[in-house]
Amino acid sequence: MTISLPPETSSPPRLQPSGWLRYFSFSVDHKVIGLQYLVCGFVFYLIGGALAGAIRTELTSPVSDFMARDVYNQVLTLHGTVMIFLWIVPVVNGAFGNYLIPFYVGARDMAFPRLNAVAFWLIPPAGLMLITSYFLTGAAQSGWTAYPPLSITTPATGQIIWILSVLLLGGSSIFGGINFIATILKLRRPGLKLMQLPMYCWAMLGTSILVVLSTPVLAGTLVLLSFDIVAHTGFFNPTLGGNVVVYQHLFWFYSHPAVYIMVLPAFGLVSEILPVHARKPLFGYVTMVYSIMAIVVLGLIVWAHHMFTSGTPPWMRLFFTIATAFIAVPTGIKFFNWLATLWGGRISLNSAMLFSCGFIVNFVLGGITGVALAQVPFDIHVHDTYFVVAHFHYIVFGGSVFVIFASVYHWYPKFTGRMLNEDLGRLHCALTFIGFNLCFGPQHWLGLNGMPRRVAEYDPQFTLINQISSVGALLMAISTLPFLWNVIHSALNGPVAGDNPWKALTPEWLTSSPPPVENWIGEAPLVEEPYGYGVPPGELDLSAASGRDLWSSGK
Amino acid sequence: MTTTVPIKEQEHSHGEHAGHPDHRMFGLATFLVADAMTFAGFFAAYLTFKAVNPLPDGAIYELELPLPILNTVLLLVSSATFHRAGQAIRQDDHGRCRRWLLITAGLGMAFLVSQMVEYFTLPFGLTDNLYASTFFAATGFHGLHVTLGALMTLIVWWQARQPQGRVTAADHFPLEAAELYWHFVDGIWVILFVILYLL
Amino acid sequence: MQKMTSCCVDVCNTNAEKSSPFPDRNKALTITSWRTAASPIRCLKPGIDQVQIPSAILTLVIGMALALGGLWIGQNINLLPIDASANAPIYDELFKVLFTIGSILFVGIVGLLVFSLIRFRRRSGQLGDGLAIEGNLPLEIFWTAVPAVVVLFVGLYSYDIYDRMGGMVPLAHDHMGGAHEEQIWGGISSGSIESAAATNVLPVEVTAMQFAFLFHYPEGDITSGELHVPADRPITLRMEAKDVIHAFWVPEFRLKQDIIPGQPTQLSFTPTRTGRYPIVCAELCGPYHGGMRSTVVVESPEDWDSWYGQNAKAAPEEETLTIANA
Ligand code: HEM
Ligand SMILES: [Cu+2]
Ligand SMILES: [Cu+2]
Repeated sequence: MTISLPPETSSPPRLQPSGWLRYFSFSVDHKVIGLQYLVCGFVFYLIGGALAGAIRTELTSPVSDFMARDVYNQVLTLHGTVMIFLWIVPVVNGAFGNYLIPFYVGARDMAFPRLNAVAFWLIPPAGLMLITSYFLTGAAQSGWTAYPPLSITTPATGQIIWILSVLLLGGSSIFGGINFIATILKLRRPGLKLMQLPMYCWAMLGTSILVVLSTPVLAGTLVLLSFDIVAHTGFFNPTLGGNVVVYQHLFWFYSHPAVYIMVLPAFGLVSEILPVHARKPLFGYVTMVYSIMAIVVLGLIVWAHHMFTSGTPPWMRLFFTIATAFIAVPTGIKFFNWLATLWGGRISLNSAMLFSCGFIVNFVLGGITGVALAQVPFDIHVHDTYFVVAHFHYIVFGGSVFVIFASVYHWYPKFTGRMLNEDLGRLHCALTFIGFNLCFGPQHWLGLNGMPRRVAEYDPQFTLINQISSVGALLMAISTLPFLWNVIHSALNGPVAGDNPWKALTPEWLTSSPPPVENWIGEAPLVEEPYGYGVPPGELDLSAASGRDLWSSGK
Repeated sequence: MTTTVPIKEQEHSHGEHAGHPDHRMFGLATFLVADAMTFAGFFAAYLTFKAVNPLPDGAIYELELPLPILNTVLLLVSSATFHRAGQAIRQDDHGRCRRWLLITAGLGMAFLVSQMVEYFTLPFGLTDNLYASTFFAATGFHGLHVTLGALMTLIVWWQARQPQGRVTAADHFPLEAAELYWHFVDGIWVILFVILYLL
Repeated sequence: MQKMTSCCVDVCNTNAEKSSPFPDRNKALTITSWRTAASPIRCLKPGIDQVQIPSAILTLVIGMALALGGLWIGQNINLLPIDASANAPIYDELFKVLFTIGSILFVGIVGLLVFSLIRFRRRSGQLGDGLAIEGNLPLEIFWTAVPAVVVLFVGLYSYDIYDRMGGMVPLAHDHMGGAHEEQIWGGISSGSIESAAATNVLPVEVTAMQFAFLFHYPEGDITSGELHVPADRPITLRMEAKDVIHAFWVPEFRLKQDIIPGQPTQLSFTPTRTGRYPIVCAELCGPYHGGMRSTVVVESPEDWDSWYGQNAKAAPEEETLTIANA
């Protein structure tokens, strides 16, 4: 039976540093690792943001005057790589996944804690290597896509370092994915059924399947690319008889799923946040699960929509158009379910909720432009233009980053035991939302009207719109200040949160804040209805409800 | 509450011998799926190259069958011998287990030697042409796996040296893991053989 | 209601405020729900008589307003540059349809969201939860089926558009087989090859290199840094890159095609409006990628003839006989 030890001696015989030092150690505690991912990712976010600032500064004028052109391409490449591989992927997967998944399955740690720590500790060296390459030899300058033959002909050292660090980060991501799959499928607390898991578990299961299936292909491809660079093979080198389009297929076989690796966990996090703050059950749990799985399957067979202008044959274009457009269906289902979750709720308009709603607005726009981009004739005009830049920033920034902030506001009390300041949070949200839309909204127009992406100089007719966009970027930069102040100040002086300030039902809230090393003192709770909020409709307080409340609930 | 699980059992499932070998095997299997996808990428590239990039005039890409067939036989037999080693350890027969392990590792190394012989007798080199490069990438990556597998087999052989060691009848996770890995490497070879040599 | 609320708060307090958060450590904590109702409510059917009819009518009115608004937006807001090729108006047609559908969806969803946030916000002093509605199968089917139909429609429609732009026509050199140099790997062929002779296609060879486009008219042996084309005559570009991947993009033509080293591609179009339009490289090709631009000059056939005559090295009669298939 349960071994119950007094709290003081309950720490297992592990020689781990305690106190703040443990965050710099090879800790195997999933909560420590989760926060390591989060803080490390945020540091890289600031670096990536500074790089974005450099890009937007260059683009305030139509000529290349702020930095040299090859430096511009290095900055651009670093920005993309840092944001994707060092910020979004580690944070939506590694940070929240590690912190939350063991709670959600009722376990005390991940399935493979040491592998978990290894996966995290691959990230800082890989990131440092990538960034120092800029100072030592010059960073890669062929974009985060590293299309050959450009990546073969630009300075080799930077490109090789880029490949090495992406390989390390890919390895980290695969280790993480294996760990999540094993934890979710194998470490569930007895009595907890799959269909009782919080939605984030499903999202992470789907994401991890994508990670395990697609990341190795990228790794293999990059190894081949590095052979082309150092051993002068000709896989992707046309002068040696190679085929550059094959690289694109292999690359996008990973990198389209990668966009779901960046956004499916965000979907899961939103599914956790909305019910709590709307005080309603998550609407349509079962369809949500199925749509995640549908996205996983479809996500693997749509990659060539990034290659409509690469000389792909017509049948291929047709197939990938239809497959891509159909991803919008399960994605749409999720959005309608979230709206239905909000409908009739008792919505607290706090920062977590507002960021989540910002996510919905932005992602809907990004999804709509995505469906448009899936149409070959439409894409042929706007491919590789600022329209695409706008599209994917609406998805990755407007989507994933907004959710990351929402999640920080939501789980900060659990992480630290203290509350964040809500007024600063709302200010942060408003500034980010306005800045974001000001920055990326106008870029749709730029792309439609003739501005290609990845340029340091452009047609002067686009100057004004680019300046507006840069102002938006500045606003976004400013918006991180209240956030940083809030997070640091509240950690020391914020009001004490208590165990469950949101009165939430999911298992991470059914323990102290911050939780003990073994997650729960005593046995793990069995949460069979993680979204069991709400008043049964029969007992509706009619004085507080109107006819439309009822209409909303169905027929 | 119906079932309660002792804390200890849910505790970190590896490290201690009495951990959860099933989870570790599950993790390994997941990893092998990932590993297989790397090969799938190479094979897809090879098949695409073959389909759309004709060999330039004068380029040589010819493979002989005898040596690879010998290699296939070596690996298939070694899979069987590893299986016998597993059976032996389950019967607590360390001596027999170690003999089979040694034979397996020997077969693996014979494979590597024979692969080297093939490499040096091929009429083309790594950078000669597209097919040649892909051939070397795929077989080389596989050879790396065989090397690793042979090393793992030898480590298990060492670990199984005494009845109280890390590999026992009751708990032989290292052997099980190495065995699964070895079968996987053989399976990949069969696919590789079909795609590279027969198609 | 009142009962439920207090129950909810009680449970929370148990966790949050008792001195020891876990009074009985040895006992497992089983939480099913804040509410006492044992089984989840899957599908709720309130009596119709409770629902005031206006909500249905309201929905209808809002829906119609949305549709009309979307149509208005799609038809009246022009985000595209001027159209200068035969397929540009076709493209713009698709754009309008997508813009209309997108606007309806976006405004509808955001409207619904903002409405919910205002209508169902927690007012000060309010305790308790919202409605415990866990799902509704008809609704789920509805919002699976409708988007599926919309997406299918959009897909078929854009396929039709693509076909009208000539995207599905086999490439001019496909049927030639034979010599490898002639293989065209992909592209867009805006006119059927059978009628190539009849429609008098003008072939131009495009070479892209870091960081310029070169245009070569094989029939007159003209090499130029600007692309001069006559209006209303089909042009076929045969494109090849010398070093890295580039892309040929003319926003006013709504056409783009990568130019790939080792894999010649093709792009066909018929310019319709005279003028000078930018040719933009749309694939990162190195430091000066942003500066890799040129101009396409669409001239009236007469002007073009005289430009051509001035520059051509071969006799013009010879040239008119050898046509695209050469
Ligand atoms: C409704 C679903 C979506 C559809 C139909 C869609 C469609 C597309 C298409 C067709 C492109 C290629 C555009 C081009 O390069 O010409 C594209 C680009 C892109 N999408 Fe999406 N997308 C969707 C959702 C997402 C999501 C969820 C993400 C990431 C979280 C994402 C991130 C990106 C990125 C990063 C690119 C640009 C890649 C690059 O070229 O650098 N998209 N999308
Ligand atoms: Cu994609
Ligand atoms: Cu370029």
